[in-house]
Amino acid sequence: MVATHVVESKAPMLEQTNDLAEAETTNVEPAEKSTKITSEDVCVYYGEKQALFGIDLEIPENSVTSLIGPSGCGKSTYLRCINRMNDVIDICRVTGTIKIDGKDIYDPSLDVVELRARIGMVFQKPNPFPKSIYDNIAYGPRIHGLTSNKAELDELVENSLIKAGLWNEVKDRLSGPGTGLSGGQQQRLCIARAIATKPEVILMDEPCSALDPIATATIEELIDELRSNYTIVIVTHSMQQAARVSQRTAFFHLGKIIEEGETTQIFTNPQNEKTQDYITGRFG
Amino acid sequence: MTTEHIVSSYEDELASLDSKIAQMGGLTETLIAQAFDALCKGDVASANNVILDDAKIDEFELEIEEQAVTMIARRQPMALDLRQIMVAIKITSDLERIGDLGKNIAKRVLSIHTEIQPNQLMHGMKSMQDLALSQLKDVLDAYAERNTEKALAVWRGDEEIDAIYNSLFRELLTYMMEDPRNIGLCTHLLFCAKNLERIGDHTTNIAENVHYLVLGTNINEARPKGDNTSRMLINQDD
Repeated sequence: MVATHVVESKAPMLEQTNDLAEAETTNVEPAEKSTKITSEDVCVYYGEKQALFGIDLEIPENSVTSLIGPSGCGKSTYLRCINRMNDVIDICRVTGTIKIDGKDIYDPSLDVVELRARIGMVFQKPNPFPKSIYDNIAYGPRIHGLTSNKAELDELVENSLIKAGLWNEVKDRLSGPGTGLSGGQQQRLCIARAIATKPEVILMDEPCSALDPIATATIEELIDELRSNYTIVIVTHSMQQAARVSQRTAFFHLGKIIEEGETTQIFTNPQNEKTQDYITGRFG
Repeated sequence: MTTEHIVSSYEDELASLDSKIAQMGGLTETLIAQAFDALCKGDVASANNVILDDAKIDEFELEIEEQAVTMIARRQPMALDLRQIMVAIKITSDLERIGDLGKNIAKRVLSIHTEIQPNQLMHGMKSMQDLALSQLKDVLDAYAERNTEKALAVWRGDEEIDAIYNSLFRELLTYMMEDPRNIGLCTHLLFCAKNLERIGDHTTNIAENVHYLVLGTNINEARPKGDNTSRMLINQDD
């Protein structure tokens, strides 16, 4: 007997040959998803140095878009533009427009705190607050005033942990420190924390690069589940991960998007030679 | 031309895959030529050699497949590399089948070597063999050179083999009707002709794979199908 895959989506893929007709219906993505995030001519400067050059990118909603490219290519810089994290860097200047649901997020009248509540972020290294597991999740909802009483907050914490696939592992130790969890659990705690403020978009900056393969598979399974409700943008150095989890992929190089398209096409038949050289490990 | 991999051992493995296919292809070409030669000359010893040589082709298939599987496991190939490895597996299996068809011709030599072969018929068989062999050679060159034009030419050229097969089929049936004593020989020759026709089909498969390898897309034309024999009947009155 073979154990089932941690990543559930892999199981139907392997079974496809048994029932082609069924596989076709389950495996086909809805033809066109509406665009969640639109970027037009986005340029970013760190002082004199230009880091991004005219990025045009449309990110569809309820799907996973991965950003790949060599170190220093601007993919993380672009990711940080989406929740205006670059604002905190004094010398950083952003031009062009980024719209979420058609609204310019760099509009001066826009409340940045409210924007960041709508856009969750998960970082490379799990960074739980030095608080209890419960308080890690409850922190965001509390400061944003998302719940009105303790029972509601309890429910939100539970739901967030369930969605992040962590509830069963931590339900008996909610008052224990978040930092006492394993690396993979901590990362799922951070995802639960990001979900708790009910965001529309989740940004992930190399969320699995500090995790072992099993914890990575658990996170990837989670990403696959989350995409039915959230728009996910993930920066990853693992090409295999991009190929596994995302529906669309954008390849960045020297601050520009070289190629963007369906993930399956990018990894089997990229149109640009630079993309090909990078994903096959020929990059000089 | 593509740049080299950062990891040179990966580059070496891909190169060795190509060189093994070239060797396997060369062996297959020789085997077909020898099998047909044995058929024309009724040379039993040479036919037996062909039967033994086919085992070498089978070994190549196993070796290449094993290397491809190992590379998939160790390198997680992408894009062009992924296509090269997948195509290597497919081409190898086509070459192995071609080898089997050659061996089958050689086996028939053992049954019919004592019979006198009608000259005109063998002439047709010879031109079919020449064509099948040159197609196979061209497609292997197309693979080695990553040449889609050449692959397309081979792909389109299969129709010609089919045309010869159609006329041989007709001719063989006629011989059989003329004298039932011809039936044994002609049936064997009919299978030999069919084998050559099948070799053409496998060659066409390889051409399709070369196209996919280089461009990542399938050939966007209807495959020329010239083998009409499944619908062919000859009436005595013809």
